[in-house]
Amino acid sequence: MSTTLGVWIAAFLTLCILSFLYKDNPFYKFAEHLFVGTSAGYWAAYYYHNILKPNLYVPLFKEGKLLYIIPLALGIMMLMRLWPRIGWISRWPLAFIVGTYAGYNLITYLQTNALAQVKATLTPFTDVSRVILFVGVLTGLIYFFFSKEHRGIFGKAARVGIWFLMVAFGASFGYTVMARVSLIIGRMMFLLKDWLGVID
Amino acid sequence: MSIFERLTRIDRRIIFCTVALAVIIPLLRPIGFPVSVSPSVKKLYDAIEALPPGSRVLMSFDYDPSTMPEVYPMNFSIAKHCFKRGLKVYGMALWATGVSLGQDALEKAAKQYDKAYGVDYINLGFKAGGIVVISAMAENVVETFPEDYAGRSVGQFPVMKGVRNFDDFDLIVDFSAGDPGVIQWIMIAYGRYGKKVGAGCTAVSAPAFYPYLNAGQLVGLLGGMKGAAEYEKLMDYMGTATAGMDAQSVVHALIVFYVLFGNAMYLVERRRSRRNRL
Repeated sequence: MSTTLGVWIAAFLTLCILSFLYKDNPFYKFAEHLFVGTSAGYWAAYYYHNILKPNLYVPLFKEGKLLYIIPLALGIMMLMRLWPRIGWISRWPLAFIVGTYAGYNLITYLQTNALAQVKATLTPFTDVSRVILFVGVLTGLIYFFFSKEHRGIFGKAARVGIWFLMVAFGASFGYTVMARVSLIIGRMMFLLKDWLGVID
Repeated sequence: MSIFERLTRIDRRIIFCTVALAVIIPLLRPIGFPVSVSPSVKKLYDAIEALPPGSRVLMSFDYDPSTMPEVYPMNFSIAKHCFKRGLKVYGMALWATGVSLGQDALEKAAKQYDKAYGVDYINLGFKAGGIVVISAMAENVVETFPEDYAGRSVGQFPVMKGVRNFDDFDLIVDFSAGDPGVIQWIMIAYGRYGKKVGAGCTAVSAPAFYPYLNAGQLVGLLGGMKGAAEYEKLMDYMGTATAGMDAQSVVHALIVFYVLFGNAMYLVERRRSRRNRL
């Protein structure tokens, strides 16, 4: 069994959180509030030290780079959202962010997530998997084409598309289950190994 | 109350208990289910294996403690592989929480192969900005990360000699638990600069990245604890992911049983209610 105080605290808090599975109780509430409080404190300090200080405070106030007044003003304008009467001012920095991000990413995003994917779909049918991929993409797109009634051959193709979508959702669900189970395994490993020391 | 009615009204806490037992028992008494290596994992392994000693691998630790059971084992295994092959490792993080986790994985892996910090590997630390950081370091690594994770000037470390921009890295591996992560690395490192990018990610996000693997935008992909266990198998050692896979398999079998059981009970109930109506 561990002799480290931190491990005991972590084990106690883990059990507090897991106790919610039985029913809501004061131990769970305590751990939940502690988590929210420490997270808020951690992220406030983190944002100051990693973002505000090196990217604004030091260049503007220590190094005297006056150009940084612009992001400072935009940041203050963003906070105007807290007051409903002048909340409209926050739309300006938001527009700046959206515009910059769109301009910066548009072409790269299109190339990476659209053109490259289309190219990968339209390859010669050298094996069965490529045929399945092509049929899946085509029928899936047909299913989401609502300008024509899903009847006849078009309807049948849409039906095939539903099957492909169901298989995709099933695979996603399976992976999600695996991820969630991994989390409980991680916690159990911590309790059994780091805290109790019953496994190597 | 008949047995059937009792079965349809099982307290959810009993189900929780069975899942807990399905996790705990295989951890205490490992079964040793075989782990088969999937092509997506083998591809990443082969990509690292193909690099000549001295090549530079950039690792981005974009995850946090909540996803540690899945992502940390792959981070550790790939770091081990790189050191075993005599590659230089450059760590960095787009998530602040990833810095210490990545450093821990690098230190433990380096210790096994007598590799030294600053000579064989370095951790450049965290920089806020996601995709902008990737773009900036593609042009100039030292300007983007002037200091390492502990605030020391990177210029003093021999491992940084000759490192200017993305041209100086032979492979990029991203360990991702969300955004910013794999997509941003694909968009900038592969899309703009044509760099080889591999990824290790949580199981939840893995299905979204297989199309990128299929399109050749990723050289390999490790998805969740299973992907990590497969890499451990390729590296021929039993790590935490392999140890967890027994529990993973038993819980999956239990969930499949509950899904089938729940559906069977639903069908029986529907049949009974139809009969009662007649």
